[in-house]
Amino acid sequence: MLAETLLARLGRGRPLVSDGAIGTMLIDRGLKAGLAPESFNLENTEALEEIARLYFDVGADIVHTNTFGGSSLKLTSHHLGDRVEDINRNAISAVKSVAPEQGIVSMSCGPTGMILKPYGDADPEAVYESFQQQLAIAVDAGADAVTIETMIDLEEAKLAVKAAKSVSGSIPVLATMTFDDTPKGFYTIMGVSIEKAAQGLGAAGADVVGSNCGNGIETMVKIAREFTKVTDLPLLIQANAGLPELRDGTAVYPETPEFMAEKAEELLEMGVAIIGGCCGTTPQHMRVLRQMVDSRH
Amino acid sequence: MELLDNIAKNLEAGEDEKVLELTKAAIQQKLPPQDILDKGLIAGMNVVGERFKNHDIFLPEVLLAAKAMYAGMDELKPLLIEEGIPSIGKVVIGSVQGDLHDIGKNLVGIMLKGAGFEVIDLGSDVSPEKFIDTAEKEEAGVIGMSALLTTTMSVMKQVVELLDGRGLKGKVKIIVGGAPVSADFAKEIGADAYGFDGINAVEKIKGLCGVG
Repeated sequence: MLAETLLARLGRGRPLVSDGAIGTMLIDRGLKAGLAPESFNLENTEALEEIARLYFDVGADIVHTNTFGGSSLKLTSHHLGDRVEDINRNAISAVKSVAPEQGIVSMSCGPTGMILKPYGDADPEAVYESFQQQLAIAVDAGADAVTIETMIDLEEAKLAVKAAKSVSGSIPVLATMTFDDTPKGFYTIMGVSIEKAAQGLGAAGADVVGSNCGNGIETMVKIAREFTKVTDLPLLIQANAGLPELRDGTAVYPETPEFMAEKAEELLEMGVAIIGGCCGTTPQHMRVLRQMVDSRH
Repeated sequence: MELLDNIAKNLEAGEDEKVLELTKAAIQQKLPPQDILDKGLIAGMNVVGERFKNHDIFLPEVLLAAKAMYAGMDELKPLLIEEGIPSIGKVVIGSVQGDLHDIGKNLVGIMLKGAGFEVIDLGSDVSPEKFIDTAEKEEAGVIGMSALLTTTMSVMKQVVELLDGRGLKGKVKIIVGGAPVSADFAKEIGADAYGFDGINAVEKIKGLCGVG
């Protein structure tokens, strides 16, 4: 059972390497502006296999599925609400089909894009059911874990964690939120502190907590350090390759693989369990990260 | 004026029912609609904006305050129209690409309405033509665009060029924002301003419209 392998492997104290960005690689392969990235799961699963293979080949232990916006509520905004089953199942099959024996396939699960009552209009029950439907497919299609990510509202994140726990008592649940570096400390745009995030996600049943997106590696190191002060749970940290800069009229993510890997050494020193990449990171980033991790363990 | 202060205070606290009740009372007492708007609703929203800028409060509190603002506005709007009181400006906003992060664009819309602007929100995945056709038809003074991906930022440049091509440059001002967007980028594509968050966008748009 690979599902047990993830937590068992984390228990051995050797850090795992996750994958890098998927969205930008889909754009390179023809994803058009305005279309849901998940539309690829219906039309071009070969591209999904190719991307997953690239990440496994450079040594990623965990590769995520192209299902970030795969909840029915999110897909409905792209008029794909009736394709939840195929979109999620195909994405998992694609990554599984190229995963090596020890490769871990984790279903990515992002926000619904709705704001919960009383601040917005979304009913918690509807959001919970939307997550439950998506995450049940993860279990059924044989994903080894689920990664609830880029969350900014703790209540929504907790609904997703609980939904995951409701569909399987054993599937590992990784849950990360996106924090802003404010003069008053790190908070999500909805005002969730790192301490509240760690406690709330942990109490909801997350096996691994942490942060992804929104920041380059240097800020992410600071965020990780805050997490180590407030939780004993294993940490997952996935930084962007910096924040986009304009070069010759096009925006590029500035942090090189070498820069990220060098700074990521601090993550290892503080005992971060899983290190991966988010926006702007490439297989080359993960290759160098893998080499750095191997050279230290 | 105690009643108007009360409206502002309750708006700051996000008490929509209370704001509605007090706005009705103010109208009943025949207070000038302009005062109810400026010294009540907008005064409250300005405090909320300031607190948000200082990170004393976060999006949830702003959303509740905005709900309270709308509760009062719905009641007041017929009177403002009746008295021919114009909004301080008309702004067309939209995201050039659909994404969950159109929360940022929505926030700009809320803040603008809170500041007394009339806002036409075109939603997500808006084409350059639609931005400009709408601004022209509605006689809006400003187009506000949000981009969320590095790959869709180029659409902003197309809007600036199309505006120029239609001979509307200068007449309709353009402000841009969004995660990958910067002041340098705004300058390079020929936009009139860059807003780094909702509050900053409102300040810049006020500048573009020559108010406040």
